[in-house]
Amino acid sequence: MKRWLVIVFALLLSLGAIAKDAAPLAEDPVLEARLMAISEELRCLVCQNESLAGSRADLALDLRREIRTMIRDGKTDKEILDFMVGRYGDFVRYRPPVKPTTWLLWVGPFLLLGGGVAAMLMFLRRRTKQPLAGPLSDEERHRAEALLANSSSKDNRS
Amino acid sequence: MKKFLLPLIGFAVLVVFLAIGLNRNPRDVPSPLVGKPAPDFKVPQLGDPSKSFSPADMKGKVWLFNVWASWCVSCRQEHPVLVAFAKQGGVPIIGLNYKDAAADGKKWLVDFGDPYQLSAFDSDGRVGINYGVYGVPETYIIDKQGVIRMKHTGPITPDSLKDEILPLVAELSK
Repeated sequence: MKRWLVIVFALLLSLGAIAKDAAPLAEDPVLEARLMAISEELRCLVCQNESLAGSRADLALDLRREIRTMIRDGKTDKEILDFMVGRYGDFVRYRPPVKPTTWLLWVGPFLLLGGGVAAMLMFLRRRTKQPLAGPLSDEERHRAEALLANSSSKDNRS
Repeated sequence: MKKFLLPLIGFAVLVVFLAIGLNRNPRDVPSPLVGKPAPDFKVPQLGDPSKSFSPADMKGKVWLFNVWASWCVSCRQEHPVLVAFAKQGGVPIIGLNYKDAAADGKKWLVDFGDPYQLSAFDSDGRVGINYGVYGVPETYIIDKQGVIRMKHTGPITPDSLKDEILPLVAELSK
């Protein structure tokens, strides 16, 4: 029995020798780093909230292959970006270019912020201008006393 | 009353923006290729790999270029519309069998009918990339000069055929 166990254990140990080395992720790490840098900037058209770098969609795989080929062919980053924009439009870029149709997109948040700050300043200024409450008039004091008396009598009841 | 006017205007503007935003289809990405010459390519035909197809073959004709695949579910929804359209005659439809196995593609056409004059066979999806294909089915309307005049993303429905595609085809065919 004991001998069997030893044999099984030895066989298990030898499994490590059969296992192959993990295949390298990329043949050319420099190329792959550039591919990642470019595709981080690009949107995957299939899963629109994912970057081309992070997506496992079929189209993303194809496009990464295409970009890899272009890098090998010595294309610049700009040429690759133009290739993508020429086919899929500005939507493919995570950083849309500044041009007349995107002005509102770029400036809009600052306009909203400016509007909010202006509105707040106006509100604060108006509030500080309001006169502070002066001493109570006789009529007001009577009303206040009546209200207080009323509420305390209610308290007693409950 | 005046106190409520400003917030009310703000609210109305917000509602208008949200209404517009909610009624738009985020999948419908405008194609930069509309108004540009259809990208050239030359690939084998699905039916007969010894023959090839190039968009230049269609010069002088208005035609529909429909990207489809046997693995594409929406294509099944679209297919009867295309078959009916092809029966009516009118303009030729060229298919692009996109990232498919040739045998699967051919079987699909036998099973569901073949509305295409021919189908170009894009096994690795390169042609698709050049046309900015990101979701099958997609359809391009190409005019006599070989310029893309419209791109329709997603299945063609009887409504979109009647309201968008047919009027444009009629205008271009003049």
